[in-house]
Amino acid sequence: MATDKPKLAVHKFSSCDGCQLALLNLGEPLLALPGLVDIVHFAEAGPNSPNQAVDISLVEGSVSTPEDIQRIQQVRQNSKLLVSIGACATSGGLQALGNFANRHEWMTSVYSDPEKIEVLNSSDPISKHVKVDLQIQGCPVNSTQVIGALRDLLSGVAPRPEVHSVCMECKRKGLICTMVTQGEPCMGPVTLAGCGALCPAAGRGCYGCYGPAEQLNDRSISDRFEQLGLDAQAVLRRFRFIANSAAGFKAASEGLRGDTDG
Amino acid sequence: MAEHRDIHINVPVLTRVEGEGALELDIVGGEIERLNLRIFEPPRLFEKFVEGYERNQVIDMVARICGICPVAYQMSAVQAFERLSGFTPDPWVQRMRRVMYCGEWLQSHALHVHLLAAPDFLGFESAIAMAADYPDAVRRGLQLQTLGNDLIAMFGGRSVHPVGIRLGGFYRAPDGSAVEMMLQRLQAALPEAEALIGWTAGLSFPDDDQSFISVALSDPDEYAIGQGRLISGQGLDIDICYFDSHFKEIQSPHSTALHCELEERAYLTGPLARLNLNFHQLPPEVRRLMEGCGISFPSHNMFHSIVARAIELYFAIFEAIRLLQDYQTPAQPYREVEAVEGNAFGCTEAPRGILWHRYDVDDAGIVRYARIVPPTSQNQGRIEEDIALSLQKFGLDQTDEKLRLRAEQVIRNYDPCISCATHFLKLNVNRG
Repeated sequence: MATDKPKLAVHKFSSCDGCQLALLNLGEPLLALPGLVDIVHFAEAGPNSPNQAVDISLVEGSVSTPEDIQRIQQVRQNSKLLVSIGACATSGGLQALGNFANRHEWMTSVYSDPEKIEVLNSSDPISKHVKVDLQIQGCPVNSTQVIGALRDLLSGVAPRPEVHSVCMECKRKGLICTMVTQGEPCMGPVTLAGCGALCPAAGRGCYGCYGPAEQLNDRSISDRFEQLGLDAQAVLRRFRFIANSAAGFKAASEGLRGDTDG
Repeated sequence: MAEHRDIHINVPVLTRVEGEGALELDIVGGEIERLNLRIFEPPRLFEKFVEGYERNQVIDMVARICGICPVAYQMSAVQAFERLSGFTPDPWVQRMRRVMYCGEWLQSHALHVHLLAAPDFLGFESAIAMAADYPDAVRRGLQLQTLGNDLIAMFGGRSVHPVGIRLGGFYRAPDGSAVEMMLQRLQAALPEAEALIGWTAGLSFPDDDQSFISVALSDPDEYAIGQGRLISGQGLDIDICYFDSHFKEIQSPHSTALHCELEERAYLTGPLARLNLNFHQLPPEVRRLMEGCGISFPSHNMFHSIVARAIELYFAIFEAIRLLQDYQTPAQPYREVEAVEGNAFGCTEAPRGILWHRYDVDDAGIVRYARIVPPTSQNQGRIEEDIALSLQKFGLDQTDEKLRLRAEQVIRNYDPCISCATHFLKLNVNRG
């Protein structure tokens, strides 16, 4: 269908495919999407024109091979706006744990023939290689975030990114604090809102899958976790988790590492 | 006899599969000379990440291997840790985990049948294109998919990387009122799911029976989902901890995934394999729906796997209703599971087939080593074998475009999940 509708592409890099599901899991509203945009590339759904010029590209996944670098540069050239979605695209993802380790050693222990597989030394966020117009954190991002951003961008309105922590979502929902009342080590105070405070709602501490909030006091929360009985390694594991290489969490874990080493 | 062409078909990106894969096919002098299903999803080395993490953290980490079947990963992991500790979950927990797993089968099968596979059978580029001519069918598929997602979210807060499963049970039990509303929606969906079986059975299938081995879990008491022994149609019947004695993983030169073989042969895992081995354990109400539709199980025609998914989709709803009736909120949704040092084994039936995990855990409950064998790597050998046989039967003198479409359709019959299939440890790792 040749139309003058804005063109949308969905690109996948190294990921679990879970962020694309923010679209594929829309249910019946998915059928309304082609009314808003012309979907020219979305391999998992069918349309397959990766090199066409588009108005908006949604990019899932991290950059982890030499070929990925060329591909993301191509995507950038073809896109008026590039939106990176999810922990992999915005911070390298869980697989960026490999950035803290000896990646070569890991490859050797996983594959009998590692030299046949070309990979970079790190798992990178999209923004390390090209300019990104909007980042949406979350592992996974949800439909509300993605559709909200698309709506804003298509209407020519600047999206207003979330800045608060999960604590604010608990307050909005009237949830009782799991850390104060149950002594659960909860990452909510340092984690970006947007998930709907799912873990505190389920009676467990937040585990930080939406990545760092804008202003985080990692020092203070680490001390609190230790008072709750976590040892230094266990505190480190809380930061070095899903969004381990997002700036705020990475700095926090390196600070802790310095403490424990010294 | 037509003159033989030399054909090179290269499908750089397979569409409507999860993750990134490619197919290379060379036909020289009327014979298939080279056939590679290339999986080039960059390796994420998941098994290395989980080293040094707590058991409950690992349950949340392995979900990230696959956005389409995170529940399966969480269930295989939690089963492994609980078995190691000699822990038997409470009957309420066992029932509710099965319901949650039914939610994943429901959403994954609905997604695959309608959005990924049906466009092949009906000749469309995508489900969105198909929706113009088949609006009711596509709408039904999306409604069923949403129902499955909501069933997962009832236990896990969200359907992608849900946050509900923990050692010993669930973090929180769903409220009775939520269960009541869910039951009504499940009841209302049953006729839709029944219609779906008829709709898939009425599709036009190539006549393409092949000889292959089916492998699935088997549970004496029910149609196996979350636990069981590993069986094959050829007499294999083992506890999951002996997987390594019978199944071997090998790295293929053209892929970042490892192939897995049973006694040096390719085999099938997934919905069709499950129906081939366990059809008799489906409730009579479910089996009855297959009467008179012209397809019966066991079947060795892989194109019937879309019907197998439709049957399992119906069964998932039927089973969820059965288990949620008379729902009562438990006093405690979990019990603590003591940390025990040793080798933990877990295996469950992911929507796409058996998902086997091994974890070596220390006495503080920290994972020190992991190995994960997902369904797609197990099916990879069978997919390649099938493409070769199917294309020969289809006729290698068909046009390149027709050969390409047929090969892609064969691949999608397996619903490969390529994101899952790229993080494996090499064969023969010796551990003390």
